[in-house]
Amino acid sequence: MADASYSTTPLLSVEHLTMRFGGLVAIDNLSFDVERSAITALIGPNGAGKTTVFNCITGFYKPTSGRIVLRSDANATDQDLGRLTETGRRYKTSTQGGVYLLERMPDFEISSKAKVTRTFQNIRLFTGMTVLENLVVAQHNTLMKASGWTVLGLLGAKSFVAAEQRAVEKAKNWLERIDLVDRADDPAGDLPYGDQRRLEIARAMCTDPVLLCLDEPAAGLNPKESSDLNALLQQIRREDGTSILLIEHDMSVVMEISDHVVVLEYGRKIADSTPDRIQSDPAVIAAYLGVEDEEFEATESELDHS
Amino acid sequence: MAVTSRRDHAVTANAAKSGLSAAAKSGAFAALVILGLCFPIVAFRTRQDVSGSGGGLVLDERWATVAVLCAIGFFARFLWLALSDQRAQAGTWVSGHLISIPERYKKIAKYTGLALLLAYPFLMVAIAGPSGAIKWIDNFGIQILIYVMLGWGLNIVVGLAGLLDLGYVAFYAVGAYSSALLATYFGFSFWLCLPLAGIFAALWGILLGFPVLRLRGDYLAIVTLAFGEIIRLVLINWVDLTGGYAGISGIPRPTFFGLPFKFGPDGFAAALGIPFSPVHRLIFFFYLILGLAALTYFVTIRLRRLPIGRAWEALREDEIACRSLGVNTVSTKLTAFSIGAMFGGFAGAFFAARQGFISPESFVFMESAVILSIVVLGGMGSQVGVAVAAAAMIGGTEILRELGFLKAVFGSGFDPAQYRMLIFGLAMVAMMVLRPRGLISNREPSIILNERKSISGAHVKEGHG
Ligand SMILES: Nc1ncnc2c1ncn2[C@@H]1O[C@H](COP(=O)(O)OP(=O)(O)O)[C@@H](O)[C@H]1O
Ligand SMILES: [Mg+2]
Repeated sequence: MADASYSTTPLLSVEHLTMRFGGLVAIDNLSFDVERSAITALIGPNGAGKTTVFNCITGFYKPTSGRIVLRSDANATDQDLGRLTETGRRYKTSTQGGVYLLERMPDFEISSKAKVTRTFQNIRLFTGMTVLENLVVAQHNTLMKASGWTVLGLLGAKSFVAAEQRAVEKAKNWLERIDLVDRADDPAGDLPYGDQRRLEIARAMCTDPVLLCLDEPAAGLNPKESSDLNALLQQIRREDGTSILLIEHDMSVVMEISDHVVVLEYGRKIADSTPDRIQSDPAVIAAYLGVEDEEFEATESELDHS
Repeated sequence: MAVTSRRDHAVTANAAKSGLSAAAKSGAFAALVILGLCFPIVAFRTRQDVSGSGGGLVLDERWATVAVLCAIGFFARFLWLALSDQRAQAGTWVSGHLISIPERYKKIAKYTGLALLLAYPFLMVAIAGPSGAIKWIDNFGIQILIYVMLGWGLNIVVGLAGLLDLGYVAFYAVGAYSSALLATYFGFSFWLCLPLAGIFAALWGILLGFPVLRLRGDYLAIVTLAFGEIIRLVLINWVDLTGGYAGISGIPRPTFFGLPFKFGPDGFAAALGIPFSPVHRLIFFFYLILGLAALTYFVTIRLRRLPIGRAWEALREDEIACRSLGVNTVSTKLTAFSIGAMFGGFAGAFFAARQGFISPESFVFMESAVILSIVVLGGMGSQVGVAVAAAAMIGGTEILRELGFLKAVFGSGFDPAQYRMLIFGLAMVAMMVLRPRGLISNREPSIILNERKSISGAHVKEGHG
């Protein structure tokens, strides 16, 4: 942490996070920060607890202990945070954003209110719905409001039609960015694997997140797809102002695009620094030695426990 | 790639050789299963010995019948496998595809169907005369339309939201009883009872929704089933309010804008200056339920294209992904339950008004099962499929009653209506083998960018509960 020099408060702070499953301590007193407008990578051998961290951040697991703070308001001070924590409330919004205590919030509010969205290690698209529908469902809350909680929509209100038109435009814009406009009306389950990965990212982006959490987005991609993905992620950071937290095994991806790397092993943080320092960190090298490829593959499909 | 194609070759070669013997083996196994099943139920029959002096029971052995059944089982299985094997090798067997009909004919079929439906009661009167038409309008028209409406209502819960509900008849009962009670105790008119029944049923839908929110699959099915039974048992045992087994009778019939359908100077027929006939009321009921079913249809179509409907379908596809996108799954499920229940409640109110008498007998689990089978057979989520399935199942059972001429063939003791459940079961098994995703398994997208393409049922999930 000493290496990180933040200009403002961090966007996300994970503080003393512990997650136990019965006797198994999957995450042990883990603390790290995610910088604003940056790409942070979370790496570590299989079973280190990376997906579990994601599940805690996005509310799919209630952490055993610890605090997870999202500050979309960059000016929120530690005093504000302390007061919010004492009140027992879940979040406090201001004109510049808000402060959210994610460990207290249910999963869907973390996406709809705190604006933290994720993708899954095993892709979770709505396979029986079209590509476009996938992107429109992601704008559910906006559209729900526009449809007057269904009442105005049933009556065919103009304001709703316009809102839906905007939603389709936004979806189309994303389809152009991931180069899938031609397949907009095909079932998502028909897409090749690499396209499904990108569609899942576009779908998450349709919720207008401030923080996008990607669980192994490059897994199973070929080198070309992988470099396309890098470009997409950098573009998201640059143009959409969305910060990214990603889990990745592919060191080349990590080294190329991330600004900051956190390394986990057995649920503990063993390093937290810039990519080039991580590369030469003896603890990291030791952790990665002896991790065979087959081990990766064998466990990969099992690890998405949500 | 190379490896798999080489393996494929080997498989084909082997299959040609072993295809028949495998089919024979499987046939033998089927025969064995049938033998096992027949042993306790067909092989022996007890019969009262009336001729003898003792008058005791006699045990008949019927091994010939068993042998015939086993042989049928063997050959059916053998032929089925052998033929489908051949078709698979010839490459002509594409499972689950109907011949595609050109758009134009589809449209023509649609409009003639609609016109026939609208003219149906008058056509029947013209063909069978006023008194002969009663049976056709009531037993076929109205009865089928009630089930179409119930199927469409349940389709919201099961087909769209993917929540398996085995107790749907409870909402039908709530609608029927609340409207009957409001009408008999407070003298509310049918037109007031109808929306109130819908609201009550929707409230009960929410009430059921809360405890089952966290349940999925089998557990959800069991709890909804229990809910249906609880409602029925309350109706039976709360004698003071519901009259128990005796039910509620004398439910006032709806009037035609104030004109009652009765004989006499102030009745409907007299006002129009036509001779009185009981068929008038049935024609009125026919259009009433047709209107209610149409309401269900259009509202569902509309809802599917609204965010709520899309969220239902997304929920069926992947609940976890929904939550990660900020969809409140609790309220989404509750709205599915309550809106589905509301249509059940409307149908119930109509049922009470049509019968003039209701009792718990009409709301047994079998009804839930029939409605659910209509949805499953029709193709989950498909409105047209559900309507066709309802017509086939309900119309089919009614037709069985009409097949009196079969008595001439099978003897006077033969009552085709008694074979209803058997045929029903066979049809179900046949459907699930031939079209496992229902009559219409394709899903129409709810929104399109460039062109409309149906989504093959293979991609569409059925929900986990
Ligand atoms: N729901 C769960 N129940 C029990 N153990 C779990 C659960 N989720 C994760 N774990 C365990 O926590 C550890 C970390 O898993 P995970 O976070 O998936 O690792 P990875 O870093 O590979 O994503 C593993 O030992 C895993 O078995
Ligand atoms: Mg993982």
